Amino acid sequence: MSVLDTTEVKEGVDQETVDAVREVGGKYKYGWETEIEMDYAPKGVNPDIVRLISEKNEEPEWMTEWRLQAFARWEKMTEPEWAMVDYPKIDYQDVYYYASPKSMAEKPKSLDDVDPKLLETYKKLGIPLKEQMILAGVEGAEDAPAEGRKVAVDAVFDSVSVGTTFQAELKKAGVIFCSISEAIREHPELVKKYLGSVVPVTDNYFATLNSAVFSDGSFVYVPPGVRCPMELSTYFRINAENTGQFERTLIIADKGSYVSYLEGCTAPMRDTNQLHAAVVELVALEDAEIKYSTVQNWYPGDENGVGGIYNFVTKRADCRGDRSKVMWTQVETGSAVTWKYPSCILRGNESQGEFYSIAIANNMQQADTGTKMVHLGKNTKSRIVSKGISAGKAQNTYRGLVSMHPKAQNGRNYTQCDSLLIGDKCGAHTVPYIEVKNNSSRVEHEATTSKVDDDQLFYCRQRGMDEEEAVALVVNGFCKDVLQALPMEFAMEAQQLVAISLEGSVG
Amino acid sequence: MALPQAKQTITQERLAGLSLPQGGKWASAARTDALARVQAAGLPSARDEYWKFTNPISLTSAEPDLAAVFDPQETPIFGDLDRLKIVFVDGVFDAEASDDLSLDGVEITRLSEAAQADIHWAKDLYGALESNGQVPVQRPLAALNTAFATDGVLIRATGKVSKPISLIYLHNSESSDAILHHCVKVEKGADVTVIESGPAAARFNKVMEVDIADGAAFHHVRAQGRDHERRAVTHTFARLGEESTFKSFTLTANGVMTRNECVIELTGDNAIAHVAGAAVGDGDFHHDDTVFITHDALNCESRQVFKKVLRNGATGVFQGKILVKEGAQKTDGYQISQSLLLDGDSQFLAKPELEIYADDVACSHGSTSGAIDEEALFYLQSRGVSKDDAQDLLVLAFLAEALEEIEDETIADDLLGRLQNWLARRRG
Repeated sequence: MSVLDTTEVKEGVDQETVDAVREVGGKYKYGWETEIEMDYAPKGVNPDIVRLISEKNEEPEWMTEWRLQAFARWEKMTEPEWAMVDYPKIDYQDVYYYASPKSMAEKPKSLDDVDPKLLETYKKLGIPLKEQMILAGVEGAEDAPAEGRKVAVDAVFDSVSVGTTFQAELKKAGVIFCSISEAIREHPELVKKYLGSVVPVTDNYFATLNSAVFSDGSFVYVPPGVRCPMELSTYFRINAENTGQFERTLIIADKGSYVSYLEGCTAPMRDTNQLHAAVVELVALEDAEIKYSTVQNWYPGDENGVGGIYNFVTKRADCRGDRSKVMWTQVETGSAVTWKYPSCILRGNESQGEFYSIAIANNMQQADTGTKMVHLGKNTKSRIVSKGISAGKAQNTYRGLVSMHPKAQNGRNYTQCDSLLIGDKCGAHTVPYIEVKNNSSRVEHEATTSKVDDDQLFYCRQRGMDEEEAVALVVNGFCKDVLQALPMEFAMEAQQLVAISLEGSVG
Repeated sequence: MALPQAKQTITQERLAGLSLPQGGKWASAARTDALARVQAAGLPSARDEYWKFTNPISLTSAEPDLAAVFDPQETPIFGDLDRLKIVFVDGVFDAEASDDLSLDGVEITRLSEAAQADIHWAKDLYGALESNGQVPVQRPLAALNTAFATDGVLIRATGKVSKPISLIYLHNSESSDAILHHCVKVEKGADVTVIESGPAAARFNKVMEVDIADGAAFHHVRAQGRDHERRAVTHTFARLGEESTFKSFTLTANGVMTRNECVIELTGDNAIAHVAGAAVGDGDFHHDDTVFITHDALNCESRQVFKKVLRNGATGVFQGKILVKEGAQKTDGYQISQSLLLDGDSQFLAKPELEIYADDVACSHGSTSGAIDEEALFYLQSRGVSKDDAQDLLVLAFLAEALEEIEDETIADDLLGRLQNWLARRRG
């Protein structure tokens, strides 16, 4: 029985919220393991392992060199300690940095050649890779439009991508969607130009480690003026024991293009901790728009804090062109420890960054998450809506930065952080940094629910809603907008999370 | 853990010019302990997270930067107030300028005298709250103060004190480096007001430790002097008993460097703590309010209201934290930090933090920054108010929420007058 079932809930907290959290914090549905023969690289990390990973991916020399430089740098760095998370020291030499199903030794040419066991794994997770790619028969799909919705999926299993769907159809539109290892081989000019340009190799401890040992991940390029014809998605699955997953995602939206990208992740239940250190880089050129949604559901460990994934992720978007727009949406429910700050560098004039987050920490989970909005261009806008929910003995921290540089004239930021505590043994913390260096910008950090945009509130109230309904509609409306764009696999879970009320919340 | 080399150097250089003052048993013990705290922590440097927005170099250097003595040629602040005056010139007590220290309901001693005795009531307070306040964040400049302060007052209030105790800090030498340490013990049911005013010295390091017993009240109003080149780092440490009250307001209208730290611990149920500040500055004005409030009892209320008006390249900093410990249920915590940037060069840097371990609490914080509302300005002008007047009106309206925290009307009026003067001087 989870700790939550026995926790007394204070008055004023919406029962629906508690039930929703219970549901999410209850039994972990994805805790099973696929029995499949694996190829491992030797445990530990050193230049030879870095070379081996590079070799396995058949990378050109420049890439190997790039990795080795990152590794040399990493060896000189120390692990950051500033986050409000507490975990035993990680032995980086006791982890497998490369694990791949044996059947992937020879790269399958198409999905038909992929080991049925792997396809079965994804089917069980609700991600059908073959023919049934159109979402029929998936739980909760009744609400989907009659003709079904198409989602192209790149499935990453431990260290390798096992297949990418709809590649041909995407190609017709000019969109490149493949694994990053394939992109390094097939599109070196794009990779060379953009890899590491948003998250530099030297950015932070985990990003540097990732740069050295990343094994696979997804690559997306949307050419100028193209609206990507379907949702793109990557599903990460950690299966092997004692294996770290280091994936790298690079998405480039060229001038005037649009792409929506979804990410899901699960892992088996084990009583040892596993490391996941990913880097995601987004580049939006002029007038481009990227939506990046994550439903993070790594195994969180049991109620005593045994096992679970350490999720140390660096995600950053560069709104490089004028009028570009990036929207991060995250639903964080898994992982024993989360350390994650999807950020936006608003470099282009009139560019926009948005961050919507729902982080739920239960039992012994610890989440330290938030965003950075760095305003460099004129008339840039950003909006942050973060909801943290702690239950059991969990600790949930929002950590964010809003920075208005002197030249970011007429910048605008609105931040709202709400936290909810269910039970008296957990903690909720807010650590926002606000740096305003010009006076034409307006920055507002609010933690009270009554301070939602007055105009919108007025509009709702004018139509007969009471204040609370109006507030809930306005704040949830932002999340809902994005959550509804998630594929049906995630819809059930996401909708439960959206039902979470603002009542009884604290700053 | 060994200190980084840079920190060691700063600390050694600063300590080289200082020697522990001689004194009685209790004072010597407190000073030795405090020196050990300084040596263990090292003095702050710009690399410290807690000094992220304010470079402490001019506060930790071996010698203070020179600061010209400024004569404002105006009626001294609080001049019309019936008060007990205690005057310090460049951090040294001036007996001639001060009133007689006897007053009903309160016992006032100079630290320099009390420190010679072997037994004194201040033994349990001097350095005690400062030492408590070193966790979870180190405040080595306060420990440095405890170790090396030779002057200051020890105030013990036993009843309702009839008039405010006014600490007046005069600045007379452009190279003065003053350290003052005050202790205030407010006994059960007692009520005392302490007001502070003046620039004090070229560089001023002040600590005030306030222990408020059950049902007692402490009121504090401070106006930091107008000498523009002065630098100051001040710490107020307060511990609140059951149903006690702590209220503090600070006005800062000049100063090239000011760091005001306030560390409050609510240890008794139903206690109330309010800290407020209004700062107006221009040019190289740098003002930092750092507040840390710990709720460790039931049903306590805390309120932080900080407003800053900045122009012409001035910098305003706010670091505020509300920590609600496990079991501190029914806490009501409020925190607001706002800045009004009158031109494009000024900046506002803020870190309003919450750390909450209790589920039945209402804590909120807000932080905003922006320019004067053009529409409001236009509205006032369209009603026949001149642009300058309209702007002043809006600035004062912006500061009002902080000024409302002052309970005494005479004091509030005096401070409002100073603000109006500041605005008038900035015209044209």
